[in-house]
Amino acid sequence: MRPCLISSPVLRALVVATASLLPFAGVACAQTGMAIVSDERGDTLSILSPDLQLVRTVETCARPRGVHFSADRSAFYVGCADDDAIAIYDTASLELTGRIRGVPAPETFDLHPDGRRLIVSNEEDAAASVIDIETGELLAEYFTGEEPEGVQVTPDGRLVFVASEAANLVHVIDLEADAVIADILVDTRPRRFALTPDGKELWVSAELAGIVDIIDVETLKLVGDVAFLPTGFRPEQVTPVDLEITADGLRAYVALGRANHVAVVDVPKRKVIDYVLVGSRAWGLALTADESRLYVANGLSDDVTVVDTRSLKALSSIPVGRVPYDILIDDR
Amino acid sequence: MTFSSTIARALALLLLLSAPLAAQENLRIIYLGMAGDPYYEPQPGYTGLSLRDRHRPLEGVRLGLRDTRIMGRALGLSFELEEVMTEPAGLAGSFDAIKSSGPLAILLDLPPELMVEVAQLSGPNALLLNIRDASDRWRGEDCAPNLLHTMPSEAMLSDALAQYLRALNWRDVLLLRGSSDADAERTKAVRRSAAKFGLRIVDERMFELTNDPRRRDHNNIALLTGGARYDVVWLVDDVGDFGRFVPYATQAPRPVVGSEGLVAHAWHWTFERYGAPQLNQRFDRLAGRQMSSADWAGWAAVKALAEASIQAGSAEPARIREALVSPELSVDLYKGVRGNFRSWSGQLRQPIVLATSDAVLAVAPITGFEHQTETLDTLGQDGMTSDCRR
Repeated sequence: MRPCLISSPVLRALVVATASLLPFAGVACAQTGMAIVSDERGDTLSILSPDLQLVRTVETCARPRGVHFSADRSAFYVGCADDDAIAIYDTASLELTGRIRGVPAPETFDLHPDGRRLIVSNEEDAAASVIDIETGELLAEYFTGEEPEGVQVTPDGRLVFVASEAANLVHVIDLEADAVIADILVDTRPRRFALTPDGKELWVSAELAGIVDIIDVETLKLVGDVAFLPTGFRPEQVTPVDLEITADGLRAYVALGRANHVAVVDVPKRKVIDYVLVGSRAWGLALTADESRLYVANGLSDDVTVVDTRSLKALSSIPVGRVPYDILIDDR
Repeated sequence: MTFSSTIARALALLLLLSAPLAAQENLRIIYLGMAGDPYYEPQPGYTGLSLRDRHRPLEGVRLGLRDTRIMGRALGLSFELEEVMTEPAGLAGSFDAIKSSGPLAILLDLPPELMVEVAQLSGPNALLLNIRDASDRWRGEDCAPNLLHTMPSEAMLSDALAQYLRALNWRDVLLLRGSSDADAERTKAVRRSAAKFGLRIVDERMFELTNDPRRRDHNNIALLTGGARYDVVWLVDDVGDFGRFVPYATQAPRPVVGSEGLVAHAWHWTFERYGAPQLNQRFDRLAGRQMSSADWAGWAAVKALAEASIQAGSAEPARIREALVSPELSVDLYKGVRGNFRSWSGQLRQPIVLATSDAVLAVAPITGFEHQTETLDTLGQDGMTSDCRR
């Protein structure tokens, strides 16, 4: 739970008074359960309530793409690709609280476990940069292949993986050694990552190959893959992008892009269990904290499909802004 | 790609990184153009107006090279580009010098007569990539075993447009064409595409660039487009000095496609999907202008060579060439699907972009056009119908 930031002095006094009656110190804030969707072409954030209604649209920067919570989830970061900036929002109020400028075309990013270092892929600069999220200072920059996209930091904070879409490479950055220690050749157009909860396997989607490659984190070698082909589709229509692995490490969800489905994968067996029909060009994914619902951003139908993960059926599709890209859910 | 092929690649890569190639391997790519090529001269229509401001696709090629930078670090393979401008008379000499330097491939940006000469001079071991000429002859009767094409053929371009018209059910076509050789060839392609996709050419009329009132049935657009019932005007005008006056001037209120209006391209600067904006922006930053189809074809040639080198896991030209023409080749063309070369004609399989001056309306193959093995082969000459015997 994140600490509750309250601006009104009266309210703050009230909270402090109430808190002092409680057996534990500190103040925690209830989560809203709202989903925050970045709309790449609409330059907006669409806010969805837990009862799956669009409740608010927030004007934001130019071409908002990746979104990520701060360590305590009291704030979130938005990559503003066409503004060369990262915008910082207060999660509770959805107010813009700051900007880090001079980050060339940020696409996606991941936060280091230290909560301070943000590792950003700079799509147009063939580089990954490490930025101090508090000072905005550029701490380090690493040369990647063209069009770096997905970024994944290991839970121990030692390694960073960056996918280069154009070069079909996964770059492995050792932050302590301050060096790229490996460039792993994967299949065509690698996009996003998911780590198994034990940190042993890195799953990377290869968009044009229509598969997910699996990399062993210890040896940094390819050890397997999972191919996707929903009934009635040709292989070239299957373009996986975002993927999520559940906390128990048993199941993965993979958005299949133009195949308009999400694949449900048995992670230990590396086998597809089912395909769930969603909207057009399913792209960004987010799971609720209890993992009962999967939110899917459909880039070409301008909506978000919410899937019930038990029945594996869509509950609803909610119209959002133009070209939804990524999703955060404020529920933990 | 299956896991076994991934493994094969990984193994190949290990081999590549081990003993024989421990050092950096330099692979040379030659761009061969003609000095003073009239194709790139501005063609002033009138009082300084240039209808065709063509640029050599060199910047596209250079961008392709730039995109391979990481391969040096990651794979121990680096590419270098040599740009050769030959005098028309000195082609034999230039070509000998090029061949003796042992390049991986030669990118051809040449007029047809020099293409013929190069095909004769090259011998079977030189790898040639045509990055300029869309003419069907190079994919048909004048094809060569060592000649590949990244520029789509006229047949592919007109098939793309025909699919689009058929999908909209704009079936009756008035074909309006110029009299140049290029127009004649393109007209042939249009007729074939119309037959292939079930369009009816209700009439075929030839325009003339003249104000002669006695020739008014060939220069007056209202007369040229009157007296027939049709859904769409398909215009064939290579030079463009007549065609640009046709839209909004037809007798019946009908759209114009082909050389004006909706045009089939290898690439377009407003393409928004499949990573295209990133490629367009990279190109713009390098060249300071919009990326053209020719630039794209140059870029795609280098991209295909780089991908083939990775898939070959070798710096040996023969192995790279084998990988380049393999059906397993998988090149990201930024058009949404994997590209590789047709075995029968050496043509790069690729989607075709249908665009107006500032918007991409569709990408062919249009949904619904199917093929027994490969949807992309609904565009252009298929293996069964190809005139290429290489």
